Amino acid sequence: MPRINSTAELEELRKGIIAQKDPDKPCISICAGIACLGLGNDQVISAFEEEIKKLSLEDKVDIRATGCHGYCEKGPIVVIYPEEICYLEVKPEDVPEIVSQTVIGKQVIDRLIYTDPETGTKAAHQSEIPFYKNQSRLLIGNSPKINPASIDDYLAIGGYSALAKALFEMSPEEVLDEIKKANLRGRGGGGFPAGSKWETTRNAQPGVEKYVIVNAHEGEPGAFMDRALFTGNPHLILEGLIIGAYAIGSHQGFIYTRHDTPVLRKNLDLALAKAKEYGLLGDNILGSGFSFNVEVHLDVGIFVSGESSALMKSIEGMPPEPRPKYIRTSVTGIWDRPSNLNNVETWANVPQIINQGYQWYSSIGTERSKGTKLISLSGNIVNSGVVEIPMGTTLREIVYDFGGGIPNGKKLKAIHFGGPMGGTIPESLIDTPLDFDELKKVGASLGAGDMLVLDEDTCMVEMGRLFLDFLAGESCGKCVPCREGMRQMLKILTNMTQGEGKEGDIELLEEIAGVVGEAALCSLGRSIHKPLISMLKYFRDEFEAHIKEKRCPANFCKELN
Amino acid sequence: MNNDKIEQILNEHQGQAGALIKVMMEIQEENKWLPREVLVQISEKLEVPLSRVLRIATFYKTFSLTPKGSYQINICTGTACQVRGAQQVLDKVQELTGIKPGETDPDSKFSLETVNCQGCCSLGPLVEIDGKAHGKTAPDEIADALKKI
Repeated sequence: MPRINSTAELEELRKGIIAQKDPDKPCISICAGIACLGLGNDQVISAFEEEIKKLSLEDKVDIRATGCHGYCEKGPIVVIYPEEICYLEVKPEDVPEIVSQTVIGKQVIDRLIYTDPETGTKAAHQSEIPFYKNQSRLLIGNSPKINPASIDDYLAIGGYSALAKALFEMSPEEVLDEIKKANLRGRGGGGFPAGSKWETTRNAQPGVEKYVIVNAHEGEPGAFMDRALFTGNPHLILEGLIIGAYAIGSHQGFIYTRHDTPVLRKNLDLALAKAKEYGLLGDNILGSGFSFNVEVHLDVGIFVSGESSALMKSIEGMPPEPRPKYIRTSVTGIWDRPSNLNNVETWANVPQIINQGYQWYSSIGTERSKGTKLISLSGNIVNSGVVEIPMGTTLREIVYDFGGGIPNGKKLKAIHFGGPMGGTIPESLIDTPLDFDELKKVGASLGAGDMLVLDEDTCMVEMGRLFLDFLAGESCGKCVPCREGMRQMLKILTNMTQGEGKEGDIELLEEIAGVVGEAALCSLGRSIHKPLISMLKYFRDEFEAHIKEKRCPANFCKELN
Repeated sequence: MNNDKIEQILNEHQGQAGALIKVMMEIQEENKWLPREVLVQISEKLEVPLSRVLRIATFYKTFSLTPKGSYQINICTGTACQVRGAQQVLDKVQELTGIKPGETDPDSKFSLETVNCQGCCSLGPLVEIDGKAHGKTAPDEIADALKKI
């Protein structure tokens, strides 16, 4: 493949790719996301390959292993195009029937399509299934349609057109201005305006080399939307990153991700190599004169390395210990140079903002939180998976309309956002909209968008203990408030769950939490008390019952019942 | 231990102090653990003080300084798996193997670890035996799977 040297050549290539694709040619799109693979989807994929070979249909039917389709609960998922017939919980033994009946015979197999558990209504197409029906899948919706290993698939859906537009029709200042006006807020947890952050790095230390970083660490338990998006559509994030680098004036980027997701690593390496080959990455991108390179770095197993200053230390080859951030990393980051870090989903939003403009983008969402948000649903919920919805959607809609409610006839007790540094809110606040500021007001920062649903059998004291137990193993240990404060809080909570809670424990917890929140070194340390504070606010009676009555109201703590 | 492979990894990164973590990870993936003599070799080849190699080796959970069993059992203790009963599964596995997380049994058959969220919460509680995922596991099911090994 010769490299592309201009917008005209890019469009020419795109036309050629689209012309070669026959829209009526059957395509079997099989979800190869982490959850579906865990359910044995690799066997489903090989069964399809064998069956197609057996029937000598290789030229007539395409097979595509794709990124996550989102409906993880019902995996393995197979979608047959062009009809978009969606089959759930597919097993290798279903494969011959799917090929003969649906791919060739154009018939729907009733037992494999979605059936509403209450009404018995069937739905054959993805767009009719309640889980998908009202989502706005602007970012993740393309995943079933593309092979993550194929840059041509991404080009066929308009990929890299935003990059061409930015490089040839816009100045870096105009790109920056567009992102600022769109009010794109960081998806990693802070909700900080991305445009302002970019501007800080752009203006910091004139003349010094600047860096841009994709934070794909995603270490929070229950967060899997970034991995789903990045694995399924790596070029989308890469395109956003290159556009950001152009606006900021950076020529070197870093992608920081976890070592334990081999499919992501493979797709990412392939995407970088292909983009380079096509002239979309590297020297003189698309003949514009702008050059940009990317390196991949891996975390090898500690949560704190997702914190920005720790992550940057790790890229330098040092242990990931955070530093105080009275000077932001956007000013002094990797090797003390200005370094702009954004999360996977933030970068993924950039191409569509450039393509469709800030007016379009800011028409989605609420007054202060724009666009859509990916949410990973987990815990006591009928449909675990990844949903993408506009900001402003209420938590009730997420839990009941998309999530399908609580399984086993149990009642909803609480919703927890943001993992071990987030917050828990009770069922009574379920009409709160999905919005950075509204959620913060009620004590549950949105975090990266991981939403854990808890039913009536959940003991909140135990939940608080679990989060601290997780964090106690993940703190870097550099500062005393985090290292020792956490240990003491964990000890008090463990005592409570074992029937050894004492009068005054709650007050002591609040005191330690206050000190840790004020005095810890980094944003991880200063957030570890947050789940506990929100639980004490809304579920204080449960903590009191553990201490005063030696009773676990949820009947969970073994030693108390 | 495949010395040739380790040698090859080290030679590829000779003198590259910045590649320390990468080299250690590649060797760990190859050999399952990092013996002391290998850490010394890494230090010499990459021209990094041994103290820094040890600092990295003991800081990250992924690196093991003790030999591993033939079968690696990973139990996800992410919150979603916990909510769905990971503790009961872990208790059962500990009872059957007689080892705690981080340990290897005397016959070097099983190594047990608890791991952070693997990102497939719909499968919780999740147990991985030698990289193969077992989803929605009940304590008895995992007992059956282990007895078959």
